[in-house]
Amino acid sequence: MGKTIAEKIFKAHLVDEPFGDVSVLKLDRVFCHEITTPMAIQDLMARGKDRVFDPDKIKAVIDHVSPAKDSKTAMQGKILREWAKRHKIKDFFDIGYNGVCHALFPEKGFVQPGFVIIMGDSHTCTHGAFGAFAAGVGTTDLEVGILKGVCTFKTPQTYKIEIVGKLADGVYAKDIILKVIKDISVSGATNMVIEFTGNIVDEMSMDQRMTLSNMAVEAGATSGICLPDMTTVDYLWEFIKNQYKTRQDALEAFSKFRSDDDAVYAKLKTIDVSDLEPLTTFGYKPDNVIPVSQMLGTKINQVYIGSCTNGRLEDLRIAAKVLAGHTISPNVRGIVSPATPKIFSQALEQGIIKTFMDSGFCVTNPTCGACLGMSNGVLAQGEVAASTTNRNFIGRMGKGGMVHLMSPATAAASAIKGEISNSSLFCEQGK
Amino acid sequence: MKEFKGNVLFLDRSDINTDEVIPAKYLTEIEKTALKTHLFEDIKLDGFNPEMDIKEKAVIVTRENFGCGSSREHAPWALEVNGIHVVIAPSFARIFRQNMFNGGMLAIELSEDRINTIFKEFKNSDTQISVDMEALEIMIQSKDQTKTIDFQISEFDKALIQTGGWVEYADTHY
Ligand code: SF4
Repeated sequence: MGKTIAEKIFKAHLVDEPFGDVSVLKLDRVFCHEITTPMAIQDLMARGKDRVFDPDKIKAVIDHVSPAKDSKTAMQGKILREWAKRHKIKDFFDIGYNGVCHALFPEKGFVQPGFVIIMGDSHTCTHGAFGAFAAGVGTTDLEVGILKGVCTFKTPQTYKIEIVGKLADGVYAKDIILKVIKDISVSGATNMVIEFTGNIVDEMSMDQRMTLSNMAVEAGATSGICLPDMTTVDYLWEFIKNQYKTRQDALEAFSKFRSDDDAVYAKLKTIDVSDLEPLTTFGYKPDNVIPVSQMLGTKINQVYIGSCTNGRLEDLRIAAKVLAGHTISPNVRGIVSPATPKIFSQALEQGIIKTFMDSGFCVTNPTCGACLGMSNGVLAQGEVAASTTNRNFIGRMGKGGMVHLMSPATAAASAIKGEISNSSLFCEQGK
Repeated sequence: MKEFKGNVLFLDRSDINTDEVIPAKYLTEIEKTALKTHLFEDIKLDGFNPEMDIKEKAVIVTRENFGCGSSREHAPWALEVNGIHVVIAPSFARIFRQNMFNGGMLAIELSEDRINTIFKEFKNSDTQISVDMEALEIMIQSKDQTKTIDFQISEFDKALIQTGGWVEYADTHY
């Protein structure tokens, strides 16, 4: 009987099956940020276990609130910084070098096919885009990951979602994942791994695959995996070229983690996206999804372009294309946060930042910022945001605020109009 | 082992997410006790008043997919510092459920039918629940009636409850 990629990765990392239905897995990476890690560090200290299993496999970043906005966030940064120093964690990214964790770590080459990765952050599923099993965990799991390099998971069930057809202009990976979540609901993949396949996924860049995998958790999934292929190899090549003679060799090595043709899936679904229109959300749940065309005219106060979902170079480029030659509505505050310093400087070089600034956007340093309503663009009571982030939960971007999730193209068009709007209005879309 | 009994708080809605349990703005706290007064502060639930309704409660009965969204363990901590050690629902988001057991707390899954019945028969009266970890039974009690329902959890989850959580378990076993 064939195996899925998740089953293959589990098998290659199995340490123990203490009671049959749970697997204790060896970890290749433990990622840390300043919001959930300090509590783990403090608890380890209180237990007299202030140790780390392997400083080279632990990567840490200050990203959620950067620069620190008050004494409390300053203290969170301090705890993480001192801990990284104490344990000789050399891949620690502080201000000047930091960016949104799920954009920064792949960019550094820390994620490879077949890896098992945990982080105290639900969108860790993003790294599944590289053919890794990457899952968000709570602080206690993180703590044990740091201490022992292991984590438990139930034996994975896989939901295979095949995305086929031909995408229309102006429709992007964000629209596809919103469609998936709408179709299967916020709990449709709970306790399952989503495996994204089909010609559309094959044709996607790594930036787009990360957008897709990023929101798998919004459908409840443990991880959202794309199978490793030449696109994966090309992205990683500069980091792996000493490990493999040729790209073809790397592809062959990674292919051992691809699902077998006769693998058994818990669920299967095929979505033809040929007729898909740009989508947005209308309520407080990520499965409250509706075509942009039915939300036209909805007034907004703020547009946010950034986050681990859509703060990468390709996202900024697409938004800039819509914005070029336009200024945003005087009734809207536009905020863009390039997700990492590298993305920021590439966007600068390519004139993308200038387009944003000329149109009236405020450009912030790389950080999570407004995405979770902690800094850099918190909404006031009753305000509405058009946002490229991943959660429209009540209060997510500020108490009493409303968030409509959408693609960077739709967000840019909405900024120009001051209301939810279709990007086809403003640009001939090349993709 | 923690105490698993007391007054019931009914939250009659599905998909209650961890942002509703404890809003992101309190994630800057580094002491669990600081979360105490902010539990369910932003929840969207008609007629629910966090200041009044959480007082003296020890058990939550709710609907499906409780604890979805953010991985924050601050959610079970916010329950814990309010003396709530048990949540009973038809289903949980994976990370939330794991976080509960990792901290030595109980997330009990009952069938949708049973949860419906509990809501129907007990929601409008003062109700107590006590969990018997030996017999794997919960006893539900109001002034009018008493009901006993059996439940299941995995051997591993039981081991976590008994050793007081995953840190101690993992450090002795791996
Ligand atoms: S950008 Fe938003 S969703 Fe992504 S890691 Fe940061 S806070 Fe979480």
